[in-house]
Amino acid sequence: MTYLPKPKFRHPSLPANALGFTRRDYEGAVSTLCAGCGHDSISAAIIQACFELSLPPHRIAKLSGIGCSSKTPTYFLGASHGFNSVHGRMPSVLTGANLANRDLVYLGVSGDGDSASIGLGQFAHAIRRGVNMLYIVENNGVYGLTKGQFSATSDRGSKSKKGVVNSDEPIDLIGMALQLGATYVARSFSGDKAQLVPLIKAGLLHGGAAFIDCISPCVAFNNHEGSTRSFDYVRAHNEAVNRLDVIPARGEITTQYAPGESVDVRQHDGSVIRLKKVAADYDTSDRVAALTYLQRRQEAGEIVTGLLYLDEEPVDLHAALKTVEKPLNALSDAELCPGAGEIAKINASLR
Amino acid sequence: MPQRLEATNDFVVKFANVNGSGSASANQLFAKAILRMGVPATPRNIFPSNIQGLPTWYEVRISEKGYLGARGGVDLAVAMNPQTWDRDVKEIEPGGYLFHDSSKPMPDSKFRKDINVVGVPLTEMCNRTYSDPRQRQLFKNIVYVGALSALLEIEPAVVEQLLSEQFKGKDKLIAPNVKAFHMGRDWALENLQCPLGIRVARREAIGDRIFLEGNSAAALGAVYGGASVCAWYPITPSSSLAEAFERHCRRYRTDKETGKGRYAIVQAEDELASIGMVIGAAWNGARAFTATSGPGISLMQEFLGLAYFAEIPAVVFDVQRGGPSTGMPTRNQQSDVLSCAYASHGDTKHVLLFPEDPRECFEFGATAFDLADRLQTPIFVMLELEIGMNERLCAPLAWDPARKLDRGKVMSAADLDAARQFGRYLDVDGDGIPFRTLPGTHPTKGAFFTRGTTKDRMARYSEEGPDYVDNMERLLRKFATAAKLAPAAVARPAQQPTRAGVIYYGSTSPAMDEALDTLHERNVHLDALRVRAFPFGPEVAEFIAAHDSVFLVEQNRDAQMRTLIVNELGIDPARIVPVLNFDGNPITARFIVKAIADRMAGANVTPLRKAVP
Ligand SMILES: Cc1ncc(C[n+]2csc(CCOP(=O)(O)OP(=O)(O)O)c2C)c(N)n1
Ligand code: SF4
Ligand SMILES: [Mg+2]
Repeated sequence: MTYLPKPKFRHPSLPANALGFTRRDYEGAVSTLCAGCGHDSISAAIIQACFELSLPPHRIAKLSGIGCSSKTPTYFLGASHGFNSVHGRMPSVLTGANLANRDLVYLGVSGDGDSASIGLGQFAHAIRRGVNMLYIVENNGVYGLTKGQFSATSDRGSKSKKGVVNSDEPIDLIGMALQLGATYVARSFSGDKAQLVPLIKAGLLHGGAAFIDCISPCVAFNNHEGSTRSFDYVRAHNEAVNRLDVIPARGEITTQYAPGESVDVRQHDGSVIRLKKVAADYDTSDRVAALTYLQRRQEAGEIVTGLLYLDEEPVDLHAALKTVEKPLNALSDAELCPGAGEIAKINASLR
Repeated sequence: MPQRLEATNDFVVKFANVNGSGSASANQLFAKAILRMGVPATPRNIFPSNIQGLPTWYEVRISEKGYLGARGGVDLAVAMNPQTWDRDVKEIEPGGYLFHDSSKPMPDSKFRKDINVVGVPLTEMCNRTYSDPRQRQLFKNIVYVGALSALLEIEPAVVEQLLSEQFKGKDKLIAPNVKAFHMGRDWALENLQCPLGIRVARREAIGDRIFLEGNSAAALGAVYGGASVCAWYPITPSSSLAEAFERHCRRYRTDKETGKGRYAIVQAEDELASIGMVIGAAWNGARAFTATSGPGISLMQEFLGLAYFAEIPAVVFDVQRGGPSTGMPTRNQQSDVLSCAYASHGDTKHVLLFPEDPRECFEFGATAFDLADRLQTPIFVMLELEIGMNERLCAPLAWDPARKLDRGKVMSAADLDAARQFGRYLDVDGDGIPFRTLPGTHPTKGAFFTRGTTKDRMARYSEEGPDYVDNMERLLRKFATAAKLAPAAVARPAQQPTRAGVIYYGSTSPAMDEALDTLHERNVHLDALRVRAFPFGPEVAEFIAAHDSVFLVEQNRDAQMRTLIVNELGIDPARIVPVLNFDGNPITARFIVKAIADRMAGANVTPLRKAVP
């Protein structure tokens, strides 16, 4: 398969955002994934979220590992720089990129094999360092690109297309992210765009390590009876704890809920997340309670989705390292090199 | 009575200590005092990774002639570690000296008849003078330096000056240290025959040279070279490079007003993450490096292939140690040459730099970043434990005030607006080096997708054979450009015409200088060539062609540089005779002289080629 350019055609009546860009300006090349693949819906949600937030496309850097999911950055944000790195190692590449320029928005896209199998270590360490990013795992419980082997997030007891039953315990990336200090944690479903788009928006605006585990069925290898990641299974077991609207800083608040039905949470950048509670007792600010709640509901066979945890005052890696505000990649020679004048002093101190 | 070795400014002292006893700074004081007397001295730290008995050794070669390589053998042993006593005593040359703490009587069987024993009751003196156990331990080291100063005629004023410099800012500590020094010195002058047959005498043999460690120098080079991101994972003997970078950055890269740093250092979770972060940062336009050793290089292989193929600048300082596996983790080797030159799967080749000493570690440490940005590829600075972790006398550091960081072919927003076309992998200039853009540069122009998969010249994904071949051939053109930009090999011609040559690199330098002098004295003449980089410039092939026999001296079992030369330059392997030292001890002139003299015996008299008319 070679690259397919998309016909450049713009309808004059397409709505434009605050920057004057239309939704088309956030699109990428034509997807080469299987028709119906959940990953394509996530790409569409990313495009929608960036468009609605009026993010300048060139100020977003999109990075991924290897897999069908990791291919998707080619299919959105064509005007952004992208980096398809190596299998399971996107987190370190993204961390380095972020160190070099703290002023861009970093979007990491990965798969469940990429993040929970080969890349579990890098996933964990990027989260615990508080890298300012939105990290999305497009979780289909299977290796799509290598044709259907179980991944480390496949549920115990779930059946492969060939009829093999998985006997290993699954890795719960949400639980890990919570324990490792992610400051924005959400789960969603590629089939629920209304929930996913605002979650992506809020995650992009978040100033620390934001993580979304997005269940994304693989129509080729994991959408059959007996799979716990099929469209039907996820629809039947999806339990959203909340719904949200995201109002960017200085944006207009349009959604209205009856008093007591919703809470507003202000993020560090000034944006507001308006949360409409679905599970009345769910508190997004209580990490420990979230862990317990999620495990209880999982035992009951539910797939809990929504915004699961949020710390409005995240401390990111740059804050921890105390780096200067100016991006390191923009420092001048004089700011980097002590110069010839210091050399004499250094030599003198070494005699 | 045993005979007494007699030598002025030409002997080897080896201190045997217990790690953590505070001996390191006392031993350094000893070496520096000799340097301050104008006499070249070269220390080597020997620190097995076996913790039992916590042994460390510090060997100092004193050489008025300025030979800085290891010599082999010990003339004076300062035996301060009971656990290693037997082997320390065994190493002493006949007629040499054994300095020890005589506080506790030792049986005669613990000594040798053919050496001179010098006992000083160090513990007894310290116990009498100090009540605090830590003070007793620390001052014991200064006391033995004092006694040695009397035995070797080291000038006390020099030591006092060094102590006052060392404790500048903590001035309270100067007087007690000076006192401990004189306690040892006075005791020796009163009770022992001073000086010994070996001694130091003031000379002017240092000039403006400086004394520093290669890892620290390389890290300083990285600061000067504009590195702002460092990701690393601790491994001997490279850790002190990253630590030195942090120290230098705190000093030179802290914003005066805000106290914030113009640098970021991350201790990664492993070497995969270290190189991943370096690649991410370099992709995004910051100068970035990692420091590691052989095992780390092995872990980085996949990523290094990505950096080569996706053309990302990255700098790797590989401080080599003995391999394979954990091999000899605290000993010297030059055994990562091939694993770095051809790092990763598929067809790959990388640029390597081989510094000979700390000064060159500084120089290459800075230049590596210019080369990486210019060539858009990983650059390896191949240090070795021998130069990385030891202080070495070398020429002063230099920095041209007019020097600018060479950021290579990076297009700005204005460049993009002015350009007719941007294609990430287009070879516009014919040097194989394409132009790149950094993320965030321009709202509508210059964005591209970086990938390890095949792509066409416009950076579009491709699975077409011709696209792949086109790209791989351009990478070869780029490598040819690298050969022009990398530091050229340095020739050291023999003092008379000869058909024999010798090639060497890295830490072998000082031993080779000495060996060439010795061979010259024995009427064996060789032209020498010090390789400083891979890919090789034309001078390497020319040198081989110009000589009938060429030795290649290196510190690994498999003659890795020879393999690289044979393979890359298409040389008949029979033309290059390997001389290999790989027991982990630094190579000596004695070893080189013997290996070459043995092989050349007769050859110089009747060159084989000309024997038959
Ligand atoms: C080092 C390495 N090992 C194995 C592979 C082969 N490989 C490519 S993608 C993949 C699994 C991808 O699974 P996942 O991350 O879940 O992505 P999906 O295709 O399911 O979206 C594997 C094993 C590789 N590219 N690199
Ligand atoms: S194999 Fe599965 S994951 Fe890959 S593109 Fe097809 S449906 Fe999507
Ligand atoms: Mg998958």
